[in-house]
Amino acid sequence: MQLDQLYQEIILDHYKRPHGRGLRDADDPADRVAEAHHVNPTCGDEVTVRVATDGTVLHDISYDGMGCSISQASASVLHELLRGRGVGEAFAVHEAFVELMSGRGQVTPDEDVLGDGVAFAGVARYPARVKCALLPWMAFKDATARAGVGVSPEVKA
Amino acid sequence: MSSLTIPAGMPQFDDVPRFDVAAVRADFPILDREVNGHRLVYLDSANTSHKPRQVLDVLAEHYAMHNANVSRSVHTLGTEATEAYEGARAKIARFVNAPSVDEVVFVKNSTEAINVVAYAFSNASLGADGDPRFRLGPGDEIVISEMEHHSNIVPWQLLAERTGATLRWIPVTDAGRLDESGLDDLVTERTKIVSLVHMSNILGTVNATARITARVREVGALLLLDCSQSVPHLPIDVVDLDADFIVFTGHKMCGPTGIGVLWGRGELLAAMPPVFGGGSMIETVTMARSTFAAPPARFEAGTPPIAEAVALGAAVDYLTGLDMRAVQWHEKELTAYALDALATVPGLRIFGPTVPVGRGGTISFALGDIHPHDVGQVLDSLGVQVRVGHHCAKPVCTRFGVPAMTRASFYLYTTTGEIDALVGGLEQVRKVFD
Ligand SMILES: Cc1ncc(COP(=O)(O)O)c(C=O)c1O
Repeated sequence: MQLDQLYQEIILDHYKRPHGRGLRDADDPADRVAEAHHVNPTCGDEVTVRVATDGTVLHDISYDGMGCSISQASASVLHELLRGRGVGEAFAVHEAFVELMSGRGQVTPDEDVLGDGVAFAGVARYPARVKCALLPWMAFKDATARAGVGVSPEVKA
Repeated sequence: MSSLTIPAGMPQFDDVPRFDVAAVRADFPILDREVNGHRLVYLDSANTSHKPRQVLDVLAEHYAMHNANVSRSVHTLGTEATEAYEGARAKIARFVNAPSVDEVVFVKNSTEAINVVAYAFSNASLGADGDPRFRLGPGDEIVISEMEHHSNIVPWQLLAERTGATLRWIPVTDAGRLDESGLDDLVTERTKIVSLVHMSNILGTVNATARITARVREVGALLLLDCSQSVPHLPIDVVDLDADFIVFTGHKMCGPTGIGVLWGRGELLAAMPPVFGGGSMIETVTMARSTFAAPPARFEAGTPPIAEAVALGAAVDYLTGLDMRAVQWHEKELTAYALDALATVPGLRIFGPTVPVGRGGTISFALGDIHPHDVGQVLDSLGVQVRVGHHCAKPVCTRFGVPAMTRASFYLYTTTGEIDALVGGLEQVRKVFD
């Protein structure tokens, strides 16, 4: 097992210098704001993801949490990839990320869709860590549903 | 490691039985394997221990040669299986110095043992004829501690919910020991049972129980000790401990999974109502009602884990052969060595006692701000197997303000070389994350 496949530079960068960390209020008071708090019961990692949206565009995705490098870097990548995107587009990226993580290392990620998210391809080979990577993404899905966009909340990973 | 000088008049090193670790390791086939291209360094025995060939052989031989159900056949195989099963019970009784073989109840694990006691309380509380020592209701209290494994918390929370009793707990000090300062206010005439961990699976603390036992006796409550981590590592004598119940689990003491023990004082087990109903636990059954067998059968409904019990007997033989005092000293030396070695790692913080006194060979720590998951992953890539997470003791993590810890735990086959491998691995972890 190659450790650097798991701990790609990109992941370590996002972990050490997270983007967009910290829960924020909406800039536009007309936005709907909702959040979801998810925990990984086996390791105690926690993340809160908050979305601010007018129903078509995700104006902000802010988050806070504590956990391992994988879950925290994943939240940073989520923020960077999806903030400012249209809801439909964001869900397509979400789906691609979930597919990558469920692929046991057999899925080749599309960098155009997933951006820095491709760095998580190696994580999919470590079943014990897949939940870490998915934690913020599942919280995001719940938060958007609570904000009244998207489909019903998914089963928690 | 600084060498210890023992004052004259105290037992000297030479008085302590020793064993040859290399010879012990040769008994454990799994220790030869590699993990991720490295020699296996197994530092997770508090989670589950490995099994020596002597135990694996007995398990296989039982199925190959003596397989039959117990306590219900007159045929030869049935007699052999029953003798092996009851023989294992006798070995285990001797191992913990139980006054009677009938005080040893086979269960699935420690968790089930604690639940059996908790459900005996609720069953006794239902009818009017329950023994008063087991009757619980509003106003009654159950006392545990803040350093319990979840399996010694949740069953009591559920029992309190069912009966209206109140759950209280003894806090933990910054040094990772029980804070007994409020003992007299916590354990009172309202207390019906005190259930405490003997050795903490997360802090490594071995609790000195004498003062607590004295208080429990004073107020007339019952005392259960969760010996899941002490029976595998220390000589345990139930008479000496003066507890009412102890529980332990086979897989942490060189035995198989699926078998554990509830030991209880004979007269208490006799006063307890059954918990599981079924075959083997009855005296007689009519369509209207049943009467129940005496302990231990009363608490062993259905076909038990026969081969597992027999193999646990073999594990106890193995441990007795090494001498539990030798096991204890081996681990004491390892613990002293490890505490010294870990102290050299920059940024490492130990949770729990930092001296090798009143503690066992289970050491939890934080490495700077690096998350235990990441610590465990890098160590695994080097073949070093440690546990990371909350160790089924979340309140302890909360108490020390961390979501998770990294834990290294030792056993009779652990070497100082493996502790060096851990320390070297931690250096690697710091390189990746700093
Ligand atoms: C102190 C303590 N109590 C109880 C248990 C539960 O043991 P088991 O899971 O075998 O029931 C464990 C082990 O995980 C433990 O360390």
